[in-house]
Amino acid sequence: MEIKCHRVSGGCAEGPALVTRERISFLGNVNPETGVVVDPSHELCGRSIAGAVLIFPGGKGSTVGSYVIYQLRKRGLAPAAMINLRSEPIVAVGAIISDIPLVDRVPEWILDVKDGTWIVVDAGREVVVLPDGSV
Amino acid sequence: MHLTKEEEHLLQGERGDTLRRAMEILVALGDIYGAERLVEIKSAQIAGVSYKTIGDAGLEWISDLDGMVAVPSILNPAGMDLLRWREMSIDEDFARKQLEIIEAYRRLGVTIECTCTPYLVYESIASRGDHLAWSESSAVSYANSVIGAMTNREGGPSALAAALVGKTPLYGYHLEENRVPTHVISVETDVREYGALGFLVGKLIGEGVPLFVMRSRPDRDDMKALGAAMAASGSVALYYIKDVTQEPPRYEPSACEHIVIDEDDIMSVYDSTTDVDIVALGCPHCSLQELERIADLLEGRRVSKELWICTSRRIAESAPDLVRRIESTGARVICDTCMVVSPASERFSHMMVNSGKALAYIPGMCGIKASFGSLEECIDAATGGS
Repeated sequence: MEIKCHRVSGGCAEGPALVTRERISFLGNVNPETGVVVDPSHELCGRSIAGAVLIFPGGKGSTVGSYVIYQLRKRGLAPAAMINLRSEPIVAVGAIISDIPLVDRVPEWILDVKDGTWIVVDAGREVVVLPDGSV
Repeated sequence: MHLTKEEEHLLQGERGDTLRRAMEILVALGDIYGAERLVEIKSAQIAGVSYKTIGDAGLEWISDLDGMVAVPSILNPAGMDLLRWREMSIDEDFARKQLEIIEAYRRLGVTIECTCTPYLVYESIASRGDHLAWSESSAVSYANSVIGAMTNREGGPSALAAALVGKTPLYGYHLEENRVPTHVISVETDVREYGALGFLVGKLIGEGVPLFVMRSRPDRDDMKALGAAMAASGSVALYYIKDVTQEPPRYEPSACEHIVIDEDDIMSVYDSTTDVDIVALGCPHCSLQELERIADLLEGRRVSKELWICTSRRIAESAPDLVRRIESTGARVICDTCMVVSPASERFSHMMVNSGKALAYIPGMCGIKASFGSLEECIDAATGGS
């Protein structure tokens, strides 16, 4: 199935879903050298975001987080694509400077998608493609 | 968002990758905040300079860009005095990375002046009614409130994107409808340190646009301290002072929250502790008048503790005699950086400051204690009250 979305950062990429209902502060929550979430209070703690389609409500925290996304990308440890309910400037800018597809304004049930579900994010066409019956 | 033909071309990458990405940043922010279009800016002031704050991630991004800024652009403070870093006990590795960051900005045509007070260095950088893309929160507050220019608080990449394109999305404080007061603050006492008042009010209101009604008459240095503190303990980017700053646009007083500040409230910010191992002044960077005042207060004294006075290189170089007078007491005049963004602060344990902004940031950013005192109390603490 296809759902409509709004393009924040262009491109098309796919990968397994990694979903959290918590906001992410890339500075502090994620180790830029490993791509692993390291903040013990975050529900993704211990999980790698590398290569995933990272689905989360939006970013938070320091604006340095934008650079951390760029650093992850240069090390091949960034998410393949990202989906937000509503993007804020830190993640938006991070995705753009890193050439990572990012879309937002998707229905809230996207946060019910199971981890590992294969997802295509086509920011150019402003659609997210999920397998039928994935929610 | 409506784009002109020329802006569309930039977005399509017809003038290269760097400008395409810069446009993408501006358009994405415009979409997020509901801007109708871009607006031309007079100048940019770019954060994300200290290696301590942006690290290798930031250095890599800036180094990978290829282009030239379209409007006068200057930098926020770096992590060290760019010339006298060895005297600050900065290690070689940090210094090398810091200089690489500076070099990367220089290649983009950014003026290498690292200061949180661009308005003291280049008067023509902002005038009343100008649109700007500035990052440093205290400078944003000063530009909006004291100069009467219009700027949002930009992150490092968005300020640099605006500098490269020469435009910023038209939203937030660029629109008069968002510049109306939300709080009326009645100050029922004489204010001596405006940094203390700002620290208090920023904490109380968080974000918002305060209108102060007070009998004290702050000068420009006082307003620099007031705005800096409110932007640090809260996220205030615009304020008014009745009969001192520009008039606010038409607003509805009954829709505002009213707050009364008295002497006891302000005194609660001060700390009687003088058991500190460093005293640091110049947050935001000292003006020429502040350097003169410090030199006068230090006259005939000798410091017994580390005393830093932070200012912009331009101001320091314009007053070599003042700098000599201050340094002959054992104090250091430090340029291009400050106590908040330099790792040099971390080797101390307790810092005394006369800045509400430094008071808000030092514990979290440097991992050391901070106490607030007046300028005179700070000088006394540094000189053992001699």
